[in-house]
Amino acid sequence: MKQYETVIGLEVHVELATKTKIFCGCSTEFGGAPNTHTCPVCTGMPGSLPVLNKKVVEFAIKAGLAANCHIHQYCKFDRKNYFYPDNPQNYQISQLYLPICYDGAVEIETSAGKKTVRIHEMHMEEDAGKLIHDEWEDCSLVDYNRSGVPLIEIVSEPDMRSSEEVIAYLEKLRCTMQYLGVSDCKLQEGSMRADVNLSVREVGSETFGTRTEMKNLNSFKAIARAIEGERERQIELLEEGRSVVQETRRWDDNKESSHAMRSKEDAKDYRYFPDPDLPPIHISDAWIEELRTSIPELREAKMERYQKEYELPAYDAGILTESRHLAGLFEETAVLLGNPKKVANWFMVEVLRLTKDKGLDPEKVNFTPKHLADLLSMVEKKEVSAQNAKKVFEKVFDEDIDPVVYIEENGLKIVEDTGLLTETVKKIVDANPGPLAELLGGKDKVMGFFVGQLMRELKGKANPDSVRKALAEEIERRR
Amino acid sequence: MDLGKLTALQLAEKIKQHQISVLDGVKYVFDQIEAKEDKVHAYLDTYKKEAYARAKKVQKGIEDGTYTGPLAGVPVAIKDNICIKGKTTTCASKILENFVPQYNAEVIDRLEQAGLVIIGKTNMDEFAMGSTTETSAYGVTRNPWDLEHVPGGSSGGSCAAVAAGETYLALGSDTGGSIRQPSSYCGVTGIKPTYGTVSRYGLVAYASSLDQIGPVGKDVADCAALLEIIAGHDAKDSTSMKREDLDFSASMTDKIVGMKFGVPKEYLSEGLNPEVKEAFMNTLKSLTEMGAVVEFFSMKTTEYMIPAYYIIASAEASSNLERFDGVKYGFRAKEYEGLHDMYKKTRTEGFGEEVKRRIMLGSFVLSSGYYDAYYLKALRTKALIKKEFDQAFSKYDVLLAPASPFTAPKLGESLKDPLAMYLGDIYTVAVNLCGLPGITVPCGKDAAGLPIGIQMIGDCFKENNLFRAAHAYEKKRGDFGTAMEGGEKA
Amino acid sequence: MAKIIDDETMENVCILAKLSLTEDEKEKAKEDMQKMLDYVDKLDELDTSSVEPMSHIFEDENVFREDIVTNGDNHEAMLANAPKQKENQYQVPKTIG
Repeated sequence: MKQYETVIGLEVHVELATKTKIFCGCSTEFGGAPNTHTCPVCTGMPGSLPVLNKKVVEFAIKAGLAANCHIHQYCKFDRKNYFYPDNPQNYQISQLYLPICYDGAVEIETSAGKKTVRIHEMHMEEDAGKLIHDEWEDCSLVDYNRSGVPLIEIVSEPDMRSSEEVIAYLEKLRCTMQYLGVSDCKLQEGSMRADVNLSVREVGSETFGTRTEMKNLNSFKAIARAIEGERERQIELLEEGRSVVQETRRWDDNKESSHAMRSKEDAKDYRYFPDPDLPPIHISDAWIEELRTSIPELREAKMERYQKEYELPAYDAGILTESRHLAGLFEETAVLLGNPKKVANWFMVEVLRLTKDKGLDPEKVNFTPKHLADLLSMVEKKEVSAQNAKKVFEKVFDEDIDPVVYIEENGLKIVEDTGLLTETVKKIVDANPGPLAELLGGKDKVMGFFVGQLMRELKGKANPDSVRKALAEEIERRR
Repeated sequence: MDLGKLTALQLAEKIKQHQISVLDGVKYVFDQIEAKEDKVHAYLDTYKKEAYARAKKVQKGIEDGTYTGPLAGVPVAIKDNICIKGKTTTCASKILENFVPQYNAEVIDRLEQAGLVIIGKTNMDEFAMGSTTETSAYGVTRNPWDLEHVPGGSSGGSCAAVAAGETYLALGSDTGGSIRQPSSYCGVTGIKPTYGTVSRYGLVAYASSLDQIGPVGKDVADCAALLEIIAGHDAKDSTSMKREDLDFSASMTDKIVGMKFGVPKEYLSEGLNPEVKEAFMNTLKSLTEMGAVVEFFSMKTTEYMIPAYYIIASAEASSNLERFDGVKYGFRAKEYEGLHDMYKKTRTEGFGEEVKRRIMLGSFVLSSGYYDAYYLKALRTKALIKKEFDQAFSKYDVLLAPASPFTAPKLGESLKDPLAMYLGDIYTVAVNLCGLPGITVPCGKDAAGLPIGIQMIGDCFKENNLFRAAHAYEKKRGDFGTAMEGGEKA
Repeated sequence: MAKIIDDETMENVCILAKLSLTEDEKEKAKEDMQKMLDYVDKLDELDTSSVEPMSHIFEDENVFREDIVTNGDNHEAMLANAPKQKENQYQVPKTIG
């Protein structure tokens, strides 16, 4: 069999995290009863008119700058005309002729190493409503709550060759958008969606094969499966001497197969033309610079800095920067404690464990960095045992309690009062004549039993070293 | 007192002076409607009960100082493509036969704040597409000057209602002459303001880059006063302009000495009816006599105006009218099989012939393979036309043109040949393409007694020049007379 | 030379415009459109090669809104005109994936 190469380009839709829709003052909040976030504008009522949300332009420019794009400083909205019930005007306001961002590139990393994926363009557009298929009445129902939610569509060049690269590219986009704060990029809520353009060609061939477009991909896993499925389908066609038809296909992840979305009523001629209701946008150099300076340190830069400044291993730096939010908590705590490595360890183990155990979105982790810094400082000063510190931290993690107060109030502070310690040792030794006899008889292991008893009695308030020392002295006295 | 002789401003003044009440004016208008509507059919809907109630409220408001404006208490009619909350808004189309907007157009809010009394909704060409008001799905409107003739269009109902005394004021909309041409046919005054002067929010769009709402009235002063009320920036319309020079009434003097008027030579070529030409030339003479300078100049893009206009207007219309699909509002076909059949049947049954013709033309000129040759070519032509107007306005304060090459055609004559009908828009469409303001003032009558109007065109944002010239001319012209005085012509 | 409007073009235009015409109507529409296109071909006389298409008359100023929620729950008003509705949604014939 011939060797084939897969050629993939992506169209990624990212919902922007604005409070309101792109052209009206309706909320973009997810969830909400049907049509409760709608108005004449986003339901296409006669006579209604769009007014552009400034934040959408700013978010789009930031996203473009972060992906090394050029900015069209004179850009326009165009109408894309097609009839479908989720599209209340039967045209979507989008950008074709002068998209806001163009000619960019992002670097991805896979097991094969680093690679650049070029960005053809990013444009602003409005999302469609939601169609639900009503099984009872054999009809569909339309909810326009999502209609008019701002999107940017990020169109890549056909630079990817495998599902691994595609996933790496998507992860990269997602992380960048989250760092920028322009989108939360949740696939399951549809705030990030990808259409896959895929073709195959014989290895060594210079020309592209006929491509298909795959839609309805709502998880990274589905994307990977769809890519494999489509690659195989196309190769099979070619091997049978048939040709690939340029078409849009819908992926069914349950059946793990796709079918063509074809209809003679789909003319596929969108008749784009400049939207006369929206004047062109002028983007000044000053505005671009202002937005450029507002872009936070992105993940790569952060990772590098963690390795250099904090001397963290690359692996740890990678984990700590996966979420900009967690990285922020980490850095603040590290600065307060003055011991980044210790804080990093705590995050790598405790913070991530709790986040995972509690099934929490990393973005939702919320505690005051000073609380963790105070706690770790007490551990350093041996004022609280490591074991108790973990328990206290869970309280910090859950309820953001002040650990200093909590440790004090719950009597978890390590006791340096030797009077109490000697007394307790005496009491425990007196109460256990049997084990004492064994110990005196040479069974050293019984020492552990006494330490355990003591620690329990002292509720961890004592430093284990001191306990051991006091116990040894008491035993000596009993010999 | 013959209330029919009063202008809107005079009526409002008499109301302020307690010589008559708001209700008197409103009652007068409804008396006229009752007497004439059978013959004229200017209205699609009237709100007698609400108008009477409103009249009483406004009367109180005038007395307690809530309404102090110059048109407080005056009845006004609204073209049926302008949304009024809770009132059926059909655009004279079957597809919107039962559409009741849940919001007001911006202009409606402004009228209400100024204390005007809304009388009803006026007939029009379906979706404002037509030049005769004959494409209405709800019957034709007749010209009050001669019931065998059309009132013009598309704001034929608004202009006929003012001409017949069935209202004092009306709002129309003008996409390619839809206020100026029927104003000419009906012997009333109408203005299409500079694009962006009046908010389009709540105006059902025909061609968004060309549409403007404007006033129709008995004289220039009434139009200026009404425009002052409806003009102004609206944050809901992205194409709304922030203007500060909205004091139109102040610009109305009797003196136009030294004002420079330009007349495009090409506008007087073949196709212009000799009687209309005569009235037009007489008007030029009057202006010269008043001390104005009138010059002829060449407007080379004249013959390209209609092609460019119809391509652009149809293209935008094809997109603007996509939302009428039977899903969210309006008419839905009774029987259909599946989604696309529902769309097709709804739209085929819901739209009239002229609307379909323009939707098809618009869909075609935007379609793949023809976009550059037709649509972009038209946008480039528009740029050339705009340039020529800019040059003209570097020399002239106001350009003069007939409003239409002929007087009101007979009913039933125009729709047989759509292209011939489009050609009648020769003097009006460029004003919309270039965003210019234009006003029509009655200037004569043909042998049959049908009115003829002169159109004055100003540079963008220079309505003041139009009001000054139009007002001065109107004064010189004298009383124009009213339609249906002592019974209509049969 | 004008584009010749044939049956296939009309068919396509009807799909785009979501209109269904009878054969007679189609013939008439074809004729009308042909006449119109022959007429607008006049534009070809103009040399516009150095002219930028003018989509907007006034375009000097940016027009934006701030990102502030101004609308509440309007679903009753929005659905008031729906030809068919169910459970606060617009009801349409079944759409296929």
